[in-house]
Amino acid sequence: MRGGTRVTWALGVVAAVLPLAACGSGTGAAGGSVLSSSWGDPQNPLEPANTNEVQGGKVLDMVFRGLKRYDPRTGKAENMLAERIDSPDSQNYTITVKNGWKFSNGEPVTAKSFVDAWNYGASLKNNQKNAYFFGYIEGYDKVHPESGRQTADTLSGLRVTGPRTFTVRLNQKFSSFPDTLGYAAFAPLPRAFFTHHAAWLDKPVGNGPYTIESYTKGAQMYLKKWDGYPGPDKARNDGVTLMVYTDNNTAYTDVLAGNLDLVDDIPASQLKNVKSDLNGRYINTPAGIIQTIAFPYYDKAWDTDGARKVRTGLSMAINRAQITKTLFRGTRTPATDWTSPVLGTDGGFKAGLCGRACEYHPAEARKLVQEGGGLPGGQVRITYNADMGSHKEWVDAVCNSINNALGNDRACVGNPVGTFADFRNQISQHKMTGPFRAGWQMDYPLIQNFLQPLYYTNASSNDGKWSDKRFDGLVDRANAETDKARAIGLFQEAEGVVRDNMAAIPLWYQNGSAGYTDRLHDVALNPFSVPVYDEIKVG
Amino acid sequence: MGRYVARRLLQMIPVFFGATMLIFLMVNVMGDPIAGLCGERACDTATAAQLKREFGLDKPLWQQYATYMGNVFTGDFGTAFNGQPVTELMSTAFPVTIRLTIVAIVFELVIGIVLGVVTGLRRGRPVDTTVLLGTLVVISVPTFVTGLLLQLLLGVKWAWIRPSVPPEASFDELVVPGLVLASVSLAYVTRLTRTSIAENRRADYVRTAIAKGLPRRRVVVRHLLRNSLIPVVTFIGTDIGALMGGAIVTERIFNIHGVGYQLYQGILRQNTQTVVGFVTVLVLVFLVANLLVDLLYAVLDPRIRYA
Repeated sequence: MRGGTRVTWALGVVAAVLPLAACGSGTGAAGGSVLSSSWGDPQNPLEPANTNEVQGGKVLDMVFRGLKRYDPRTGKAENMLAERIDSPDSQNYTITVKNGWKFSNGEPVTAKSFVDAWNYGASLKNNQKNAYFFGYIEGYDKVHPESGRQTADTLSGLRVTGPRTFTVRLNQKFSSFPDTLGYAAFAPLPRAFFTHHAAWLDKPVGNGPYTIESYTKGAQMYLKKWDGYPGPDKARNDGVTLMVYTDNNTAYTDVLAGNLDLVDDIPASQLKNVKSDLNGRYINTPAGIIQTIAFPYYDKAWDTDGARKVRTGLSMAINRAQITKTLFRGTRTPATDWTSPVLGTDGGFKAGLCGRACEYHPAEARKLVQEGGGLPGGQVRITYNADMGSHKEWVDAVCNSINNALGNDRACVGNPVGTFADFRNQISQHKMTGPFRAGWQMDYPLIQNFLQPLYYTNASSNDGKWSDKRFDGLVDRANAETDKARAIGLFQEAEGVVRDNMAAIPLWYQNGSAGYTDRLHDVALNPFSVPVYDEIKVG
Repeated sequence: MGRYVARRLLQMIPVFFGATMLIFLMVNVMGDPIAGLCGERACDTATAAQLKREFGLDKPLWQQYATYMGNVFTGDFGTAFNGQPVTELMSTAFPVTIRLTIVAIVFELVIGIVLGVVTGLRRGRPVDTTVLLGTLVVISVPTFVTGLLLQLLLGVKWAWIRPSVPPEASFDELVVPGLVLASVSLAYVTRLTRTSIAENRRADYVRTAIAKGLPRRRVVVRHLLRNSLIPVVTFIGTDIGALMGGAIVTERIFNIHGVGYQLYQGILRQNTQTVVGFVTVLVLVFLVANLLVDLLYAVLDPRIRYA
């Protein structure tokens, strides 16, 4: 009998301890009108010119305001700290900063705050990963040479001309330059950033609607509403707690249990039940992200006239509508051009620019591939990184669609690479032998950003090394064009060159998604798929 | 005894170097870690070259390993790509994982051994069959299923616990994750104890003890259990290392920011410094735990002597 009583004793311990666990401190949903939101550990130190991914960008978006700000709904660049940005020739700009702006430590935001920050961001010795954003400013080749030591510490194209004015001289005509200034890399920085750098990194100080109250690296960050914020977009809640989650599924479960208020990026496995789970508190809005399949043009087999037909054929063999519906459940939209709907038709988005080449026509696809001399090597292997997203699923689906259309079981297979780092590594070393996954998240909502970095000769993200003189010429002309509508027309003409060569196969536009508890109201995502925190109301 | 310990400690040295070198090689085989730092675009060549120089990645591999090992012995485990020293990551991650491991081990010891003794003493009875069946189920169900199920039931459906563990991760918040982490080992401990007890029950010394008229409790605890614990102790000792390193799944499900989390992120971001540093410490934990297990043998069974 003894043994028997001991069993019940052991079970008793478990039963007694379990409810104890429920009494844990509730850091997740803090009181008052503070909301908690899911977050990922930023990959780089939280410097504006060093943050190139969404998680760090989330914080910068709350803590900083730049010369321009992209309207969370329309994506249009509007003056924020900029009073005026004038240029007689699209190459020399005079920028006047508004009066009355301060950093949260009381220091006024001046022209120098910008010039110092930009010089820091561009300088090679600071290892800033967004340094190339300053590449249009004159003197960049001196502070950030391709190889060798830098011969200058400051950009010769930047000059402070008054407490609130400075001039920028570019090394080429670039009419949409002012519209790029909403990007986080162009944010102003307080003196403390330079004088007490390590302390600043532990608790960044900016000029945005929130201030960082506490930051435990790798775990959570509490951002408090800054009552003294002088801008028009004051926070409508008392603060935001960003909680680091390793797995979005856990964050989603926490929202279901009411421990977390907001999860952005709903995990793919939950998409089918998210609407009923959250009772409609689910948003799914277009973001400035397009997924494409790129080709290695350094490989002779893909750089022929026949290969152009093969690429168009492959594009027509992909049933985009079916894949976005069944696999992504409407969180992607079939692409019909090479930009994104968030640009709006005024901004250069043109639905249907791709035409028949982006529609599903299996018979025509088969014919085009045959005319083009068949698939190079008899088979296409689509390379992708298998460690994140649902890349495996969609690559398999795309291959399946291609195989069905071409009537050949072995026409297309996926070629997984273990990690993103290794995938990028193979791309940058030009080791791709066939098509590969390419995704583009815009830096700023301009048609230029969807074309030039990706398809201009030797551009920073032209991973396939595609090169076309006509395209380059049109982009140069568009950048020099001062009239916005005409510039966009030229960019669209350049996009036509991309289409005629099928430089990359557009797949779909990606949406941003988020779910939230009933404590929150007015939740929206901006075109960068980041929640518009300052507009959220709690309670 | 002293000589035995000294010999064992000396044996650890080649194991330690071998293991760390293997990890170092494996992480490096995956390629250039800088390539993953700039998102969906290539880092500009100048910045990439400078980052490589700063992290010492431009040197030949043997030199990187030598420098790294030299630094490790001065307590410098390098810097992660986000600018945090790896020692700082360790100081936040290890306490959490150690707490989780303690909870798991306590579950293994208490539930596992108690169930093992009960079933060992009552072989073939309904209790025995039920528990055996139970352990079979637990062993065959993967941890992530148990974890997600408990999380959904206790966290969302019945709202007894928070589905995720807050960053402080105190002992009481780690009860359910600890149970999940321990579940499979717990079943093994039960089975090991059961077999061992059942075998030793028929041993001469047990019959003698009973014949001497000792109370049943004393026979079971002092004589039977003590002698039956040797395989169990071996298992739990090696399990400490396995639990600490193998908590990746459990830590992900319950969002615990421990060793598993740092390792996972380190591997994804191909952060050599983080991965090698954490694995090095885990290797040490494993080695020390094994040594302790061997020493415990002598305590449990006086016939075993180390010279």
